[in-house]
Amino acid sequence: MTEAYLQESQAPPRGHPVLRVLGKIGMPAVVVMLAVFFGAMNPNFWSVRNLSNVSRQISILSLISLGQTFAILSAGIDLSVGSLIALVSVVCAQAMLSFGVAGGILAGILAGCAAGLVNGVVIAKARVPAFIATLGMLVAARGVALTLSGGLPIAGLPRSFLVIGAGYLGPLPFPTLIAAVAFVAAHLVLTRTVFGRYVYAMGSNEEAAILSGVDVPRYKILVYVVSGLFAGIAGVVLTSRVVSGQPTLGEVQELYAIAAVVIGGGKITGGVGGVGKTLLGVLVLGILGNGLNLIQVSSYVQNIVIGAIIVVAVYVDLARERRR
Amino acid sequence: MPAEQPRPFLEMRRIVKRFPGVLALDGVDLDVRPGEVHVLLGENGAGKSTLIKILSGVHLPDGGEILIEGSPALIRRPRDAQALGISTIYQEFNLVPDMTVAENVFLGREPLSSRRLGLVDRRALLRRTREHLDELKLDIPAGAVVRRLGIAQQQMVEIAKALSLQSRLIVMDEPTAVLSAREIDRLFGVIRQLRQRGVAIVYISHRLDEVKVLGDRATVLRDGAKVRTVSVADTPVEELIRLMVGRELGEKFPKVEVAIGEEVLRAEGLTRRGILHGVSLRLRRGEILGIAGLVGSRRTELARALFGADPLDSGRIVLRGKPARIDRPGRAIEERMALVPEDRKQHGILSSMSVKENVTLGSIGAFSRGGFLDLAREKRHAREYATSLRIATPDLDRRVLYLSGGNQQKVVIAKGLSSRADIFLFDEPTRGIDVGAKVEVYRLMIELVQRGAAILMISSELPELLGMSDRILVMREGRVSGEFTRGEATEEAILDCALRGDAPVAGAREAPPP
Repeated sequence: MTEAYLQESQAPPRGHPVLRVLGKIGMPAVVVMLAVFFGAMNPNFWSVRNLSNVSRQISILSLISLGQTFAILSAGIDLSVGSLIALVSVVCAQAMLSFGVAGGILAGILAGCAAGLVNGVVIAKARVPAFIATLGMLVAARGVALTLSGGLPIAGLPRSFLVIGAGYLGPLPFPTLIAAVAFVAAHLVLTRTVFGRYVYAMGSNEEAAILSGVDVPRYKILVYVVSGLFAGIAGVVLTSRVVSGQPTLGEVQELYAIAAVVIGGGKITGGVGGVGKTLLGVLVLGILGNGLNLIQVSSYVQNIVIGAIIVVAVYVDLARERRR
Repeated sequence: MPAEQPRPFLEMRRIVKRFPGVLALDGVDLDVRPGEVHVLLGENGAGKSTLIKILSGVHLPDGGEILIEGSPALIRRPRDAQALGISTIYQEFNLVPDMTVAENVFLGREPLSSRRLGLVDRRALLRRTREHLDELKLDIPAGAVVRRLGIAQQQMVEIAKALSLQSRLIVMDEPTAVLSAREIDRLFGVIRQLRQRGVAIVYISHRLDEVKVLGDRATVLRDGAKVRTVSVADTPVEELIRLMVGRELGEKFPKVEVAIGEEVLRAEGLTRRGILHGVSLRLRRGEILGIAGLVGSRRTELARALFGADPLDSGRIVLRGKPARIDRPGRAIEERMALVPEDRKQHGILSSMSVKENVTLGSIGAFSRGGFLDLAREKRHAREYATSLRIATPDLDRRVLYLSGGNQQKVVIAKGLSSRADIFLFDEPTRGIDVGAKVEVYRLMIELVQRGAAILMISSELPELLGMSDRILVMREGRVSGEFTRGEATEEAILDCALRGDAPVAGAREAPPP
């Protein structure tokens, strides 16, 4: 009987040897290799100034990727996060002009949560597939942002608000710090709470989760509220960065958030992944974008490279899965 | 039965098929003559489906040979079977619901008006489909969308498709299971026409009355081996049943009779439209109540209804003397019930999660304060159950995916135990696990009832039911059709009750008419 559990691991290795090696060393090594490569091509890569810039650039992507991690882990998806950034930005800026900085921030974050709540209810109660429900929200939230703002940026935000996007603690930009705190919090929620456990359970086998007593609709709604919450924080930070409420922020960011989750090794069908993996995915995208800029690859070509990386990363991951 | 004995269209010789841990077919012979309705009989798991799946190219045999009209044939995939003139009509139809009847009949073989452009000749498509429908005297429009047709008409489309493929042998897997009496008459009419045209039919059915009406010969399978081929006309139903069962209780069951205590679960008139029809039962402390019945007798649906996984239209559930409203599984678990589902992979395990996470999923609230988990305490708890159930795993963080079937089943049972359940619903608890693990599951069930738990056990293995149950309810078509005490139950009586449902049995609690 002790041999029983060995059966699977004795399966012969499969896939191309290069991929097997890549699969074995895993994504952390890929991140290190990318950093070493770009550092060798352009020594400025390792400068404190550049690294601090990179970390700030990826903070927005980090935040929405965390929300996306919850959605994808639960076997769902949230296509609306990019548009939610715009919605949050407009709501935050308008509220701030009337109610002050704190009121604006609160209103922005609540707007994100509320939109997430709508997503969650439509998905969990009306049983509309997450892809469709959040696709609808992607279009509609952008429409709400444009309607509220009349299509124009909302300027005149208080100076004290701008510190969120522009301030530093030592060499660390505030957005970086906010993203770091969010990473830790999301990690704790996913690994140390009942909710986190249920997120994995829903994604691993929803039917079994229901039969194990998990109140799946309730926690599904919570997943999209959490995703909306992270989009809310991202929207507030970005609004501060660009010093105005803008209805055009965040376009296609939802796709990069999905890419970050799956590049890191999260399974698009749910149940497998986590905050650590998503961080790796975000780092790959961030370092690639920055490094390619430093070695003066045009942004057109960058898109080609990043697109290819997304597909290859998932392919390697699947090859690794099959090998097991 | 045909007067002369023509050369068989199909001969299957010494067919062997192994699945991991199971010898599904052990040298089975089958010969089918043109224009014959040949019935395959056998209990659940006797090997009927495996045999027809080999015939239709779904499974490859591990041994034996197949002859078509006397010459050896190789059936490696469904297309090969088709080319040899063999069509199979499964219970789940192979039709594309949003396409028309004609498009379905000629799917993949559309008549073309221009071969180069790949243009479909719609007129020829409709005309030729109509020809096939007319041959069968069917009144189905060739242009109708399949989704809009009734089940019986869809079945006829399948038959028309088989004819259009020039099929010489048509396999029908329980074709009447979903039909009304009138539809069955029409189907039988069509089958008789096919027989007259020399088409051979392999017919699988559990309804022995049908077998008597329609069958020419019957081959009885038991435990993956052929028992005998008989002429249906010369064999009484009782003899057929005896041939299907006819086995000694060879396996060992560690049954210990436990003092039966008070009633813990009572169901009264559970009804779900079209599925359950007034099912009532009682389950007492220390008791193992077996639920027998054929596939499709709605036993799993009964367990799911009791557990709050499917809604009820009427009826009530009384737990430990108090009426209970169990509208979702979470409520059932709070009431200290546990369900070990039939389909382990679909409904039981969370394969990408660890042994520990699976075991504690139903009781996770007990290890949390303010929503935060006490991981150390959770692990101790999981280890306790993993050890007491002897789950073979290198560590508790191992993904359940990598465990053997028997160990996965123990994980599912541990999940139920860990939420401190004392009413257990076991649905096919030993399906797909090896003999050693089976005995361990039996021992565990005995331990549970000795500790005062009550068990409802659904099983398709009659020896298991007879060996382990204190009482057995038989279900047929969503109703309780009989009840047997441990002393009076025999395989023949239970099978008879499950098949015909008209056996009056002492102590039977007949369902009220719907």
